Amino acid sequence: MTHFKKSLGIGLWFMFLTFPLMVVRVNTIDNVIEWRWSNVVWVGACAAAIAWLWQFSIERRAARHAAALADPHPQAKRHTLAQRLSDDPALTRRALIVAGLLAVVFPWVTSTTQNFYHINVMVSALIFVVLGLGLNITVGLAGLLDLGYIAFFAVGAYTYALLGQHLALGFWICLPLGGLVSMLFGLVLGFPILRLRGDYLAIVTLGFGSITKIILENWDTAFGGAAGIAGIARPEFFGMTLEGRMQSVYTYYIVLALVAATIFIVTRLKNSRIGRAWMALREDEIACEAMGVDMARTKLSAYALGAFWAGLVGVVFAAHNTFINPDSFTFMDSAMVLAMVVLGGMGSILGVIIAALTLKLLPEYLRAFAEYRMLVFGAVMVLMMIFRPQGLINDMRRKYELDTADDADGGDDNGK
Amino acid sequence: MDYQYLLELFCGGVVKGSLYALIALGYTMVYGIIQLINFAHGEIYMIGAFVAFIVAGILTFSGYSGLSVLLLAAIVSVLYVAAYGFTLEKIAYRPLRHAPRLSPLISAIGASIFLTNYVQLVQTPDFLPFPELIPEFEFMADISSLLSSADLVILVVTALTMIALTVLIKFTRIGKAMRATQQDMIMARLVGINVDRVISWTFIIGSILAAIAGVLIGSRSGQINAAIGFMAGIKAFTAAVLGGIGNIPGAVLGGLLLGIAETFGAGYISSAYEDVFAFALLVIVLTLRPAGLLGKATKQKV
Repeated sequence: MTHFKKSLGIGLWFMFLTFPLMVVRVNTIDNVIEWRWSNVVWVGACAAAIAWLWQFSIERRAARHAAALADPHPQAKRHTLAQRLSDDPALTRRALIVAGLLAVVFPWVTSTTQNFYHINVMVSALIFVVLGLGLNITVGLAGLLDLGYIAFFAVGAYTYALLGQHLALGFWICLPLGGLVSMLFGLVLGFPILRLRGDYLAIVTLGFGSITKIILENWDTAFGGAAGIAGIARPEFFGMTLEGRMQSVYTYYIVLALVAATIFIVTRLKNSRIGRAWMALREDEIACEAMGVDMARTKLSAYALGAFWAGLVGVVFAAHNTFINPDSFTFMDSAMVLAMVVLGGMGSILGVIIAALTLKLLPEYLRAFAEYRMLVFGAVMVLMMIFRPQGLINDMRRKYELDTADDADGGDDNGK
Repeated sequence: MDYQYLLELFCGGVVKGSLYALIALGYTMVYGIIQLINFAHGEIYMIGAFVAFIVAGILTFSGYSGLSVLLLAAIVSVLYVAAYGFTLEKIAYRPLRHAPRLSPLISAIGASIFLTNYVQLVQTPDFLPFPELIPEFEFMADISSLLSSADLVILVVTALTMIALTVLIKFTRIGKAMRATQQDMIMARLVGINVDRVISWTFIIGSILAAIAGVLIGSRSGQINAAIGFMAGIKAFTAAVLGGIGNIPGAVLGGLLLGIAETFGAGYISSAYEDVFAFALLVIVLTLRPAGLLGKATKQKV
């Protein structure tokens, strides 16, 4: 009963809250006020219903937390499928083989010679997978919050576009060059901000991202201004240019190879000396320095490597779209990549891949609801953080048994 | 050297900067207490402008005009925006009080996207003309090239708001509780301060300041849009960081400096790169003083 009353109260509160924006519309052309009273009823009913569900889920979460506290050694802790996959090496290997096979046959199954829309969508999604994995190095592993990551992506894309335009360099030469130039930017930016911590770092990287976009937009003579650069060459296949579907399939395989290489390298890095240094840095900067880790080198390497992947995949992006302009490199895109890393579970490679594919593919196939998709996207980000703040896959390192109670509410939200 | 031009730029910068300062205060207060970059704060400011626009629209179409309409619009807008700030904190941030540090940030970005699209859907994604409610004061005629009437209103209102905020924080019970919570949340809880309520109040006060800025910018620039919150939010956050985040006089100083730097850069170098100057200033200041201009460099204890 208290639930019911509370829900009713919340319904009324939201009716009050949304009243001016949802009911009144000032038509400044005909100078009349439109009143849309039916909206109030909808808002009230929906808010009350959601509030009711919300109280339920919050209560359930609290109950589970209490249960976990009471029993510090849970016998059979249920995990999501994804969590189990990443925890069990044998299962991981099998899943990898299946996923690899699926990925290889994907373009042939889903496309015809006329219609290869799905391949192009998948190429865009895989580009973001690589971006997510790259940012995962900086944010997920080393814990350096970067809100301007997309700028490195832009550096890679423009490097290829400009080199192709002025020096007629091909895709395969530009691919590593784009990565290296971007890495150089990462290093140059890295030096002044080495001293900054946490949120200061976030705002400076955000500033760097914005500056990059503004320069690209306004320096017409060098970067084509807001119109961008068109007519960028697609990747050539041993000197041949492919057409239509074959071209898309070819680009798809290039990105797929890039994804595979990224996964391999990041996994190896993660368990290497430098990877462990990054994770130590993420957990506790001072303790890490006290253990003799070279702070400057660790931070810079995380920064530069993250930038390298973004530059690399920026080249592919430019080649795939054959057209780039500053609008592809906004803060929203940086936030999107960051959301992939955080929603996937910081540091977890599988989690980032799943999150990137979901975040990129869902809006693409929800075009029917185009008006509402960003609204839903924002709401999902908030809800996801409330109900699963550690992301899809928890990449915490193994802890001692006594600590498991603290960790227990990170259990499984889909179960039961 | 053209002094008239210099003075014009300076006045424009101060007006712009005082608006940044108003928004930056909300950032800095929230950050000071819960160490959260409230990315949705810019959207709160945008909603303030929209509510004022709607109220002003209803009143002007019924035949009223002038400063009283602006005042009424501002009051309604402040009330609504305070409610929005309160609700936002309850839904998007309170359940995340003990989550890993990045989670509330992502939640804030999500809330910001949500609110922008909400206003775009239920109102319009286009620019709306904000009614001109501030009459041209006669005594301002001599210096109208330097400072328009709207600018004067902005400066006066900003100054009054800041005085009120200082009084609130220095002398009232809730202000004292806020300062205590900022210093040490656990200790504040131990001495009987209701920390949750203090945080709610912080959001409400910050939102009110943002709403005032929203109403003022509407009547100055003459048009509003659902996307104005984003850039204003980032600039204001930059201002807060510039002055040393968590530091209230710092936010005001940072806002003013940022506004002046922007107008001077735009006036003397190039207006297309206006935003670059703001961020360049930030990078330079933070490189030299990593804790911001007025921020204390805290020693890290192990």
